[in-house]
Amino acid sequence: MKVIAQRPKSLTDLAFTYCPGCTHGISHRLIAEAMDELDMRDQTMGVAPVGCSVFAYKFFNCDMAEAAHGRAPAVATGMKRARPDMHVFTYQGDGDLAAIGTSEIIHAANRGENISVFFINNAIYGMTGGQMAPTTLPNMKTSTSPYGRDVADIGYPIQVCELISSLRAPYYVERVSLLSPQDIIKAKKAVLKAMKFNKEGRGFTLVEFVSTCPTNWGMTPLDAMKWAKENMYPFFKLGNFRDKSLEGGE
Amino acid sequence: MGEKVLMKGNEAVAEAAIRAGCRLYFAYPITPQSELIEYMSRMMPKAKGTFIQAESEIAAINMVYGAAGCGKRAMTSSSSPGISLKQEGISYLAGANLPAVIVNVQRGGPGLGDIQPAQGDYFQAVKGGGHGDYKMIVIAPSTVQEFADSASDAFDLADKYRHPIMILSDGLLGQMMEPVEFQPMKTTEEIEELNKQHFDWCIHPNQPEPNHHHHEINSLEIDPIILEQHVIKLGQKYDVITEKEQKWEEYSLNNDNEILCVAFGTASRLVKSAVDQLNTEGFNIGLIRPIRVWPYPYDAIKKAITDNVKKVAVFELNLGQMIEDVRLAVNGKVPVKFMGKVGGILFTPEEIKAQLEEWLQEEK
Repeated sequence: MKVIAQRPKSLTDLAFTYCPGCTHGISHRLIAEAMDELDMRDQTMGVAPVGCSVFAYKFFNCDMAEAAHGRAPAVATGMKRARPDMHVFTYQGDGDLAAIGTSEIIHAANRGENISVFFINNAIYGMTGGQMAPTTLPNMKTSTSPYGRDVADIGYPIQVCELISSLRAPYYVERVSLLSPQDIIKAKKAVLKAMKFNKEGRGFTLVEFVSTCPTNWGMTPLDAMKWAKENMYPFFKLGNFRDKSLEGGE
Repeated sequence: MGEKVLMKGNEAVAEAAIRAGCRLYFAYPITPQSELIEYMSRMMPKAKGTFIQAESEIAAINMVYGAAGCGKRAMTSSSSPGISLKQEGISYLAGANLPAVIVNVQRGGPGLGDIQPAQGDYFQAVKGGGHGDYKMIVIAPSTVQEFADSASDAFDLADKYRHPIMILSDGLLGQMMEPVEFQPMKTTEEIEELNKQHFDWCIHPNQPEPNHHHHEINSLEIDPIILEQHVIKLGQKYDVITEKEQKWEEYSLNNDNEILCVAFGTASRLVKSAVDQLNTEGFNIGLIRPIRVWPYPYDAIKKAITDNVKKVAVFELNLGQMIEDVRLAVNGKVPVKFMGKVGGILFTPEEIKAQLEEWLQEEK
């Protein structure tokens, strides 16, 4: 009998704590598969965030650290500098990375810290119950923007890939989505690229995943996918923002 | 031991930390500790270590968290307002049982305060400045030599208890030059040996199957039953530290002391001068100087209050913080007097002497 699909070795046996239809399970799996395929699990350490994926340190089957809210890139910096021989990744949500942790992410990127950042953007705070995120869309209703996000009052959603790729140091920046099988295949390629670049010591890499939160959006998982395609894509354009491996002179 | 060199406290503690095996240092500039970060920026590359000027105090302490999670000797330093920013990270270090060293070169507060020496961060340091149930061993040096020596002491304690340790100095100790003698530089082999003691829990290369391990650096325990056990274990650690790690100096202490003084750090140096002068004039004044202000030497103070002691006198560069611990030790047996200076102003030995004379006079 031939095994054609199985649980990646880089995931533990624990059942995910995510809601039905949540895309965290997909992004966890993609990262774990990439770790397996690149044979990096024994040399990888990850940093989990605060948010729905706070338990990521239990799910990835490599050495893991749990960081304070937003501080994962700083913790990863300390780990990478202490163990330059190891590969380090962070897994962060939009509140963690683009609100409370803006300083840490920008400066880790600006130092060209040799880490992979996996950024989950679902435009909402999931774990605390659906509050407005820095990436919440204009007019989108959340439990702390009950009348819709008023951009005149609170500003526009932060576009992280655009922001990070305005810096010179980052090596690879790409926005992918988890909204269809084709998108997931593309996302996997981006994850592999990012981890491979880090394995080769090329520099800072960031992959943003346009994701959904059916529970806090108040939608079925399929409606959430449809809503995200219609509403998030115009603001969060998919594609590559930086790939120094394609540039001359690197 | 090598020969004595004349050095600022800030530089001496940095040099001593490198000699003690610290190869990872992360900090943000702030007066009056800037010589420390500058020294590290010069010397860490020569020691083949990591120096990062972090984007903030918060980032710096979290870099320490990451490096300490890898079982390496890591340090950060700052001055009062910056130490406030580090409190989040210190709480996480304590919760995750991580060894680390934090140097506070105190200045006047609250708020932005000023840049002169002060002792206003005593409560923050010894009563737990961050959230949750935790304690930190707090070393309070009073000379540049002690400041330097406290680095290896702090790293040894941090390793022994897997816990963050604070060195509580101030702008005077940081800026002042005194002769200092250093311990020899630890060799690469010695440092590797130190790191090995953490291999059973820290992040290090996973072993291929079947020895593959999954180590977690973490302070989160969402199940209250598990968190309860975790915090109880932390409490047991603090009990052991309280029993084993008190350290204090007894100065001119005898059974006939009329007044027992208590002071730490820079304040204690000034009190010593006043005590010396009064004792040559025929009075009998003793001094207890806590060298570590947590765990606090309550019993040493209690023991020093003989039947002849009429008063206990506390001197601090704040509005009166350590005095609360002194009162706990004295437990109402004799009156506890206080003299403090704030705003980064020091008292002179003459002022202390005059104050002690007044208190002696009250007894006549």
